Amino acid sequence: MSDVKLSDVSGPYFGQYGGRFVPEALIAALEELDTEFRKAADDPQFAAELQRLHREYTGRPSPLTEVPRFAAHAGGEQGGVRVFLKREDLNHTGSHKINNVLGQALLVKRMGKKRLIAETGAGQHGVATATAAALMDLECVIYMGEEDTRRQALNVARMRLLGAEVVPVKIGSRTLKDAINEALRDWVANVETTHYLLGTVTGPHPFPEMVRQFHRIIGEEAREQMLERTGRLPDVVAACVGGGSNALGIFNAFLDEKSVELRGFEAGGEGIESGRHAARFSGGALGVLHGARSYLLQDDDGQTLPSHSVSAGLDYPSVGPAHAWLHDLGRATYEPVTDDEAMEAFRLLCRTEGIIPAIESAHALAGALRIGQAAAAEGRTGPDGQPLLLLVNLSGRGDKDVATAARWFGLLDGADNVAAEELERQEGRG
Amino acid sequence: MSTLTEPATGPHTGSRSADLITRLREQENRAALVGYLPVGYPTVDRSIEALKTLVDHGVDLIELGIPYTDPVLDGPVIQAAAQGALDAGARVRDVFRVVRELNDYAPHVPVLVMTYWNPVLKYGPDAFARDLAAAGGAGLITPDLIPDEGADWIEASERHGLDRVFLVAPSSTPERLRLTAGQSRGFVYAASLMGVTGVRNEVGSRAEQLVADTRAAGAPNVCVGLGVATGAQAAEVGRFADGVIVGSALVRPLLSDGPLPDDEWAVRLTNLAEVTEDLAAGVRSARASAPADTPAGAKTTSGEAL
Ligand SMILES: Cc1ncc(COP(=O)(O)O)c(C=O)c1O
Repeated sequence: MSDVKLSDVSGPYFGQYGGRFVPEALIAALEELDTEFRKAADDPQFAAELQRLHREYTGRPSPLTEVPRFAAHAGGEQGGVRVFLKREDLNHTGSHKINNVLGQALLVKRMGKKRLIAETGAGQHGVATATAAALMDLECVIYMGEEDTRRQALNVARMRLLGAEVVPVKIGSRTLKDAINEALRDWVANVETTHYLLGTVTGPHPFPEMVRQFHRIIGEEAREQMLERTGRLPDVVAACVGGGSNALGIFNAFLDEKSVELRGFEAGGEGIESGRHAARFSGGALGVLHGARSYLLQDDDGQTLPSHSVSAGLDYPSVGPAHAWLHDLGRATYEPVTDDEAMEAFRLLCRTEGIIPAIESAHALAGALRIGQAAAAEGRTGPDGQPLLLLVNLSGRGDKDVATAARWFGLLDGADNVAAEELERQEGRG
Repeated sequence: MSTLTEPATGPHTGSRSADLITRLREQENRAALVGYLPVGYPTVDRSIEALKTLVDHGVDLIELGIPYTDPVLDGPVIQAAAQGALDAGARVRDVFRVVRELNDYAPHVPVLVMTYWNPVLKYGPDAFARDLAAAGGAGLITPDLIPDEGADWIEASERHGLDRVFLVAPSSTPERLRLTAGQSRGFVYAASLMGVTGVRNEVGSRAEQLVADTRAAGAPNVCVGLGVATGAQAAEVGRFADGVIVGSALVRPLLSDGPLPDDEWAVRLTNLAEVTEDLAAGVRSARASAPADTPAGAKTTSGEAL
């Protein structure tokens, strides 16, 4: 263990986290997937095909953008803090999710399965999966909590345009966790013909390791781009953490670089004390959900507690086991960002840089403001008094969030606002 | 894997469910009827009434569910009951009270608790085993815990003398059947089909082969569940399995959108009794018409039991 690099640790366990807490019926399929994944990892043809798709279809490498007008608000007025965004929002389909989806879809082709199912919260993973299904001629069913189909209606339409069937899930809290339950039930029944294209670094082994593998390109590109642009590694890397795939993807390239501080930002919702949040590391404890042992929001009986966030993509009561492990190791730290803070950062990036981020990603931006402001207050700099270099994963774009933002900031007038308030009242019940 | 367990054989294995299944096989030449209901639906007290109804009308072994927020191996009927029980305030600790009351009521009926893993993990596997054993429970059925992840539970159940029922499925490889058979205690739960719990028109066609394969892998007792709903299906499964497990078909008569007045609840219990009797007749008729393939000395009951 001691000489394995942190970035290469493989499943099924990350420290005491991870594993395979699923019905026996799924074990054979997980074994098959694991075998195929490892075979593909050794196959240069697989790598070449994935690379081609990244370049010609997704538009990788995604750019690195320095954002000085935003940085001015992050303690950088005097140039003491420089902020760089890794632009996963510019990928085809609008988020980092496509990296993992294309990787898994190629595996599905190799396994000869014809049907994809997936869960989605914000809809970004569902859109990416529906996209890959269209591209590779696979049948596609997306499970989405009814609550989320309402707040991300635009993405529901996108998935349907792409030919996917979208199934609103009407049981439980009607959000991401319930969509995963329904997808698992479908998978148990149809596992022989169907692949469950899980969208983040959670779930039973090999998903946490495999999804990390397909996203590590984010960090690898960003590392090269930072070196090229600034001549050195960033001092701090910040990312939002739902299940944790975009964060692990960008962290991974820096895990074994002791000088680089890794900061994850989870959904603080209406505040930890309100109980309405998705801050697993502040309000959670060891538990098992959806196949993995990790930090979990749960009550005294081990019942899953409903999570809350203005961003559907962070609204999940557990977190990838690798993050639980990095947290316990002290290699990465995790803090909540409230809805209010995230929406302020959202607006700030729109106004200062002309970039509309996903609300999920806005949590990382709020984290960057916090880090930069604290650095300025403490007089913290990079090495030898150089500016502090802050790398932020901009995991997605905000097109899907325009309706939510318009309501939040009261940008609609008259009749529109009445309709919006009615919608909000209905959503408030969750 | 741990080498803690030997496959149970013969009578008086120390496993209450294995002893019962063995006795029914040897003395009555029939499969056990295993009936599932969740604790606390529609209330804890009424769930006890419903469970007693199962016992009174022919269930041999109780599978007592702990309601859980994320039951990934359950279909809509059991999901609805679990949600209803949680909404009505059911707690994990209620299970011990219900087990105790059932034991007082029918000491000869073993009670196995069916639970997803997280509630036990939260309670503490050893503390849970201790309290379940103290209440007179027979063991656990764990739908989302495979033996590979079950070291804590295997140790706790050994220490407290409880059964460990793991599942096998039509997709299980021979290697996994051997592992699961070796680590189970009491019986192995064979899923009749690839899917979740629910009422279906037919029992999975792969069930019989799976039972044979699981026995060949070393399991002395194999019970079949998922999708069994009627006496005819129970008879079909009871022909080749050591036990027939029924869930959704027993929960369904109890489902309602809101609280029921006493008289309507009484009607539900009557319906439940009818469904139970049909199933009980099924397991008793299963092998009656087949050529007598019974151990020497054992008499077939030729259906006259009902
Ligand atoms: C843009 C964006 N960022 C982040 C997330 C959160 O997922 P993860 O933590 O796996 O990156 C989502 C999920 O839907 C998303 O759409």
